[in-house]
Amino acid sequence: MYGILEKEKLAPNVIHFKIEAPAVARKARPGQFVILRVDEKGERIPMSLAGWDPARGTIDITFLVVGTSTRKLSLLNPGAGVLNVAGPFGRPAEVEHYGEVVCAAGCFGVGAILPVAAALKEKGNRVVAVMEGRSKAFLFWEDRLRAVSDELVVATGDGSLGRKGWANDVIADLVNAGRRIDRVIAVGCTFMMMECSKATRSHGIPTVVSLTPIMVDGTGMCGCCRVQVGGQTRFACVDGPEFDGHQVDWDLLISKQKSYLDEELRSLNLWERANWHKLMAR
Amino acid sequence: MAADRENGLAEEKETKKKKVVRYERVPMPKQEPEVRRRNFNEVAFGYTEALARDEADRCLQCKKRPCTEGCPVNVDIPEFIAAVKEGRFEEAVRILKRKNSLPGICGRVCPQEVQCESRCTLGRKGTPVAIGRLERFCADWALANRDRVESVEKAPPTGKRVAVVGSGPAGLTAASDLALLGHHVTIFEALHAAGGVLVYGIPEFRLPKHIVQAEVEYVRSLGVELVLDFVVGRAATVDELLAEYDAVFLGTGAGLPMFLNIPGENLNGIYSANEFLTRVNLMKAYLFPEYDTPVKVGRRVAVIGGGNVAMDASRCALRLGAEEVYIVYRRSRAEMPARLEEVENAEEEGVHFRFLTNPVRFIGDERDWVKAMECIEMELGEPDASGRRRPVPKPGSEFVMEVDTVIVSLGTTPNPLIAQTTPGLETTRRGTLVADEATGKTTKRRVWAGGDIVTGAATVISAMGAGRRASRSIDAFLRGLEDF
Repeated sequence: MYGILEKEKLAPNVIHFKIEAPAVARKARPGQFVILRVDEKGERIPMSLAGWDPARGTIDITFLVVGTSTRKLSLLNPGAGVLNVAGPFGRPAEVEHYGEVVCAAGCFGVGAILPVAAALKEKGNRVVAVMEGRSKAFLFWEDRLRAVSDELVVATGDGSLGRKGWANDVIADLVNAGRRIDRVIAVGCTFMMMECSKATRSHGIPTVVSLTPIMVDGTGMCGCCRVQVGGQTRFACVDGPEFDGHQVDWDLLISKQKSYLDEELRSLNLWERANWHKLMAR
Repeated sequence: MAADRENGLAEEKETKKKKVVRYERVPMPKQEPEVRRRNFNEVAFGYTEALARDEADRCLQCKKRPCTEGCPVNVDIPEFIAAVKEGRFEEAVRILKRKNSLPGICGRVCPQEVQCESRCTLGRKGTPVAIGRLERFCADWALANRDRVESVEKAPPTGKRVAVVGSGPAGLTAASDLALLGHHVTIFEALHAAGGVLVYGIPEFRLPKHIVQAEVEYVRSLGVELVLDFVVGRAATVDELLAEYDAVFLGTGAGLPMFLNIPGENLNGIYSANEFLTRVNLMKAYLFPEYDTPVKVGRRVAVIGGGNVAMDASRCALRLGAEEVYIVYRRSRAEMPARLEEVENAEEEGVHFRFLTNPVRFIGDERDWVKAMECIEMELGEPDASGRRRPVPKPGSEFVMEVDTVIVSLGTTPNPLIAQTTPGLETTRRGTLVADEATGKTTKRRVWAGGDIVTGAATVISAMGAGRRASRSIDAFLRGLEDF
């Protein structure tokens, strides 16, 4: 059992947990992820690391509630624990001195980009953080992101805060304004990462995305997470999660993300019918 | 009790005089094919006490013990069979566990027909003694009568510490042997359950997971510490383990799935056998939606490959509701690496075989789901490096097979993580670790290896044999009798 120490509801369906996982905390690097299993019946779910503290032996994760396993996870409170946490998995993010770097994040990706942005800034890059959300209510941790960047630009789909639009629109604004951008890193939902990659493609700006497709073991054993990058088959769990956004076959990835949609809905419906009282008590 | 035994012996002496050699083995009750093809319960029920004693009675108790020589871990086969015959089951279990800590697993999944049973004297004129079934019977009896089985004696503590990486058959055997020899052993396992391929690969209907769990518990009862969710190479390197342990044994298996590398292989509905079986076995997708992990099986399933894993995958697909399941294999029946028994089981259950057939591309629908597979017919040419005749495509013989699920079962290669993160550890061109066959010593001091990580994908028992040999070498090193 891995104890939950802190819990914070960040936005509708986005939750932050601080979990005791000393073995992971000792070795974690920016851009890596863990595989978590909530209980005996839960799925193994990849979750990007939003932070860690080797001294306290804790890790931070921010996640979106989408299916049964994450729904169950969302109902746990400090004092309880999750059954399994393994990692750190994946290759650490590439952190070099590039110059001007845009770190774009949306949804749970805001957590995941924090350690990467911090590492990039420490390497002497000028970090422009871009945060997107459907509306003001979906934004969180602006202060944390500001603390690890030189500039923060916010965009909301409904215009309730910052620029009306999305992270890719902000990137387009920067490019149109003649701003020099040496590298873009996008972390968020698949669609957001695809749009950010499209925004930079014609300008030849190197763009890196952090892919967390459906996984099972996370150690390279099953090949469930295979993605097509530059015509090659790569395993997101061991070859990634960072890939060149201009080379990723997005259509295939998006259709793969949806491949269990029917089962996920069925599972969640059944679970909610059996556990409605837990949802009411929240 | 003692009187009973004497009576039994007296009876036996009498029968011995007029003993007739029985060439046919006692059949083991099994679920009927048409029933079992739709459930995940164990296929074979196992011998009852009476059936086991009856089968044990066929053993000739040869002086030369050829069967023991045929066993990779040298179980004292005639002795344990004699004990079964006499109904002294505690004794039979004790004899087995002297050499094998995992009899419930071996009795079910060892290829006995090419090992112990292939050497049986009775096999020359009839069927060999069903050694595997008797071993399984003993293990199941021990599980049902836990209180009656004495614990095996352990050597006094040596104060030496050994890290075992991976809890599959090689790791479990090395760990239990070393614990019995008095060393403190810690097993590091990357997944959330111990057992390696025994839990993620071999299906419930062939090896029930409660049997694996019970044997893992037995290993722990010997004092072995088990650390789950711990990926060596990530959470700690081998060098870091060496700082805390006197020796390290690597039994990380061959976990990376091979693909065909043909167009369309990343379409939805195409699984590696590893993924398919891991979902079904480790994550219990066959119990979805009670368990959260799903697996998708369509109406027409093609399993590519001819090994035991392909048989397991095809039989799982049937049980998950597929209407038609095809094994598609590029050579002919004679070259199939799967055990005959597994092929027969699959055939009985209704799996179809398409021999001398090889896929060349997968065809997807508008939503990127596989809907068909283009294949080419093959013919056998000259023998290749493996000694089997090389399959060559017949030009112009392409045809299309409609399928909605594909399971690619072409074998596995070792996970490179440990080799990549451990300086001084040499690998072969195939990605396996270089290790001495007799001792398991790698090219790095104080590091041993055994099982699929050294040999490439092989059997459970050969991995156990490697774990056994390495544990002897590690023990000799720790006692200062051997240099490394």
